[in-house]
Amino acid sequence: MNVSALTAAELGRRLRGCGLSLRTGAFVALVRSSVPSVAEGIGALYADFPLEENSDFADFHIGLEPPRDLRRWIYPQIVFDFDGHAPFKPLPFDQAFPMFEWGLNWCVSSHSHQYLIIHAAVMEKDGFAVIMPAPPGSGKSTLCAALVNRGWRLLSDELALIRKDDGQAVPLPRPVSLKNASIEVIRNFEPTAFINRECRDTIKGTVAHMKPPRDAVLRAQETAKPGWVIFPRYRKDAATVLQARPKGGTLMAVADNAFNYSLLGTAGFHMLADMIDACDCYDFTYSNLDQAIEVFAALQPPAP
Amino acid sequence: MKPERDLVASALRDPAALVSWTLAEWDLLVRQARRAQLLARICWLMHERGLLQQVPEQPRAHLEAARVVSDKQDRAIRWEVNRIRHALTRVGIPVILLKGAAYVMAELPSAHGRLFADVDILVPKEKLPEVEAALMMHGWAATLHDAYDQRYYRTWMHELPPMTHVKRETTIDVHHAILPETARLHPDPVKLRAAAQPVPGAQDLQVLAPVDMILHSATHLFSDGELEHGLRDLSDLDGLLRHFSAEADFWQHLASRAQELDLARPLYYALRYTQRILTTPVPDSAVAMAGAGRPSRLLEWLMDALFLRALRPDHASCADFFTPAARGLLYVRSHWLRMPPLLLVRHLLHKALVSPKDD
Repeated sequence: MNVSALTAAELGRRLRGCGLSLRTGAFVALVRSSVPSVAEGIGALYADFPLEENSDFADFHIGLEPPRDLRRWIYPQIVFDFDGHAPFKPLPFDQAFPMFEWGLNWCVSSHSHQYLIIHAAVMEKDGFAVIMPAPPGSGKSTLCAALVNRGWRLLSDELALIRKDDGQAVPLPRPVSLKNASIEVIRNFEPTAFINRECRDTIKGTVAHMKPPRDAVLRAQETAKPGWVIFPRYRKDAATVLQARPKGGTLMAVADNAFNYSLLGTAGFHMLADMIDACDCYDFTYSNLDQAIEVFAALQPPAP
Repeated sequence: MKPERDLVASALRDPAALVSWTLAEWDLLVRQARRAQLLARICWLMHERGLLQQVPEQPRAHLEAARVVSDKQDRAIRWEVNRIRHALTRVGIPVILLKGAAYVMAELPSAHGRLFADVDILVPKEKLPEVEAALMMHGWAATLHDAYDQRYYRTWMHELPPMTHVKRETTIDVHHAILPETARLHPDPVKLRAAAQPVPGAQDLQVLAPVDMILHSATHLFSDGELEHGLRDLSDLDGLLRHFSAEADFWQHLASRAQELDLARPLYYALRYTQRILTTPVPDSAVAMAGAGRPSRLLEWLMDALFLRALRPDHASCADFFTPAARGLLYVRSHWLRMPPLLLVRHLLHKALVSPKDD
């Protein structure tokens, strides 16, 4: 059964009550919240996601509730609860849904060391995954949102999970996070994509989330072999340039963008080295999304 | 008290039984063990018995992920100890490692799957200035800049204010004793240092003698006020007792050493609660020998009420109506044990009235 099978009232009732067992890729999150914007966001953006109704196990037990203090009457806030403890400071109440997204990312990136976790967007085509590591502001999520509306399958816009035993990229499809100007860019680029209500004045500026394509959610158990590592860089009015980059430096740069590279020790180095070895590596500068799509469409699988 | 819901203690008592646990039980165990910092130890216990692959896939992923973190800390602690040795070469004294770092370097079972943050070392009090200077020369710097905090440590405590390495951000606690100068009990650090034993393969590196290591662990746990990871420390004690009790005359030696060091009470608690909570095999004769440290009936009843609650994982599923009060009272007790009443009043007044203004 999917989230879409629940009426808005039933969804809200579950979130307020025993919790909603939401499966996202390899993980199950048990979510509790009485906050209407959380229910609204999950109902709209997670409609195609499966519910784990008969499972007794959840990987992450999370809640979003206002703190029980006097402040709720003047300046209401929201707290992200991780199984009884609050890992973050409260945020303004109307940022509850972005906080749910950020909190769930934190759950995965700070606990799931069975994977090498890279801060990167991951998309797949014809069995090969492109991994786009990039610091904030490089246009990674914008490019990711555009590509998954043009034939690439979304694995994740934020966290590349590389499996230890076979180096496969494991999907974690979730809503794609868009910030500031890129919200309007994607609305114009793909008017049929659903983007939820904007949330202003967050720590990242104005944020909104794009509903992941249904196909990506249905195929969330289908892993992909990393084929390309591409560092995107958006620059206003820049020409579209895809340029090969040396593998040694790429390894170091990907390690810089990994959450748990040093935690994994030697195993982490070998996983990353094997992945970079098997991938074609590029820097990609762009300003025009249509041209970017063409360049990605022309990518050839790496030579075996 | 509520029915037994401390699944971590159940798991530590009988790891082999975990293979038949339901997913719902695993769900709660993973959550409690994460809070108690014992996920990695449970992973180790299952691995050691060749049973890890029989753990259902979803909880197994969490165990293995925790193991990654504890393996990393094991590597990090070895490197940190290497750097500390290097920094203190010129001081010309052996470095005595305490607690977690000692378990790792002495290759004890209590190191398996242990999570910890700091390295603790013990040095002679008269060498403190030299040790502190040498550590500063090699990149460790004081973290507490408040003048009162500095004085609090230097005048009354058994350690220097914690020092953090400017590059690696690791913390070292330099002790000259195992309890504050102002504490009720007075274990003589000279005796502890005299009995310390070299770590195999490293002449300038020592750990406390087995019985002293147990007494220190017990003293630390049962005078501490913050027991969020109390079950982890109790599990360390369980591991040390099981490991060292194979030696001849161990229990006799442990009890007489406790008397000698003025630590009979912490030893009594250690034996009582490892037995009660983790079914550590302690012979009746050993309990009788440690009986010198037994408190009055009334106090024992009270301590049971407090410790049997506070030594559960700090998770909502393990708490009853009295748990917050038990934790609160143990916190007050720890200060009570640490300083005489007038000094305590002075310290608390300063913390309440003066320190906040500095913020």
